[in-house]
Amino acid sequence: MNQPTSPPKTDTATAATCIPQALLHLHAVDFHAGDRHILQQVNLHLTQGQILTLIGPNGAGKTTLVKIALGLVVPSSGTVNRSADLRIGYMPQRLQVDATLPLSVQRFLQLAPRSTAADITTALQEVGADHLRHSRLQSLSGGELQRVLLARALLGKPQLLVLDEPTQGVDLKGQAELYDLITRIRDRHGCGVLMVSHDLHLVMSATDEVICLNQHVCCHGHPEQVGNDPAYLELFGKAGVEAMAVYTHHHYHEHDLHGNVVDEHVHDANCQHSPAPSLLLHPNAPRRSSH
Amino acid sequence: MADFLWRAITAGLLLAVVAGPLGCFIVWRRMAYFGDTLSHSALLGIAFGLLFDLNLQVAVVVSSAAIALLLVLLERHKSLATDTLLGILAHSALALGLVLLSFTPTQIDLQAYLFGDLLTVTSSELLWLVFGAACALALLLTQWNGLLSFTLQSELAQVEGLNVARLRVLLMLMISLVVAVSMKIVGVLLITSLLIIPAATARLFAHSPEQMALGASLCGCIAVLGGIAASWFWDTPTGPSIVVVAALLFAVGSLRKA
Repeated sequence: MNQPTSPPKTDTATAATCIPQALLHLHAVDFHAGDRHILQQVNLHLTQGQILTLIGPNGAGKTTLVKIALGLVVPSSGTVNRSADLRIGYMPQRLQVDATLPLSVQRFLQLAPRSTAADITTALQEVGADHLRHSRLQSLSGGELQRVLLARALLGKPQLLVLDEPTQGVDLKGQAELYDLITRIRDRHGCGVLMVSHDLHLVMSATDEVICLNQHVCCHGHPEQVGNDPAYLELFGKAGVEAMAVYTHHHYHEHDLHGNVVDEHVHDANCQHSPAPSLLLHPNAPRRSSH
Repeated sequence: MADFLWRAITAGLLLAVVAGPLGCFIVWRRMAYFGDTLSHSALLGIAFGLLFDLNLQVAVVVSSAAIALLLVLLERHKSLATDTLLGILAHSALALGLVLLSFTPTQIDLQAYLFGDLLTVTSSELLWLVFGAACALALLLTQWNGLLSFTLQSELAQVEGLNVARLRVLLMLMISLVVAVSMKIVGVLLITSLLIIPAATARLFAHSPEQMALGASLCGCIAVLGGIAASWFWDTPTGPSIVVVAALLFAVGSLRKA
């Protein structure tokens, strides 16, 4: 468990030898706002040491589901069970600090309850942001801010990390590094991780389980089950293989590094989706606002 | 020097000290319009107090608190943008206050409530101010980290175990309390400026939230002393003079910074 560089698969195997403790269990969760159905019959199960990633288009209800898991939002029906006294580290989707609030990274981290100076140093070192300690929060780049938020989430020594789009506003290289970091943190602390992601290309090798959400659970399982093509992984070269993988959801076609379609998915009778491959985001392709 | 002057200086400084940190939260949370709404509706409290023959301070404190809670509720089920909602409330409360005042048996000096009359602060009013300022300061000191955390990201604060609903109400009640007890000092039309301008000035030089809060208190104190001095030597209206000095400080600070 304390081999930070070991690939996630090895670690899952190690974790499986001890009995993994269930951290979070959602059963038949429904949520509607007015007459809009946001979530229907969603089940989710997360154990200690497991990384579970929610993927899906915008408006799929990912953030709502996360908020229900956190207890910030009460579901319309269904049950939410968190293990007793669960310590949760939360990384919210957005942190918009008003420009008029002068706040250094250190002071921001001191706001976490019961955080000591030593905790803050450890957390900053762990996310590789120790040099930012005295920087103004508003002066940080996207990637730096996400690392600082991750450090804040780690301060409470969480058993469960909940990360809502941890790589928002981060460039491609930074995204891969962040997922790598999240995997290492899981390995070191053995915490469970529930995250929402848009980076389908990167997230697959960093996750143990995927839930494809579009108001309801479209499909779920191991990344391989949901769809994984080793031939595609090779395109990234050996160095990046461990941390970077490609979302090869068998519903959709694949891209090479330049964004060209390399293997068109043939829609057949088994498809349970609309043909538009809008889920697939390529790093080189501009993000469409509809996502 | 005359007793009334000492009372005026004490009242003004007390208000400035507590308005500093509270004003920072108003600036950080972009609640300037909220302060305006509360101060405008304070006149409604005066009108009710006179109509029903209540203690005016109590009437203003209670009506401001009621309006603050009403705003918390309205924000929760909002069908209108908050600024529109606040605009409606602020001006209808002010207008209603003015209309009701015309029915009161005793005629009051409206000018004193609109623009403040610091030099006529009585001992009992000063006591109210001491009480209000002490409450607000004690709450600010004990809840400082929680309020900051909640201001930054309320969901993160909630996950970390803070009761954000309580903090929201607390902040609103503190602002309404300060607005209510400070009516006499700068008047309902100018209260918000004493909350916002010193905070904005301190912002120019502060490197931490705490520096900004203390700096705002300091700027407020300088403005109060300057305004009273101007009033004493040149016979200018006290409340507006305080605000003018605060604005001058801001202007000088901005120029030096630029």
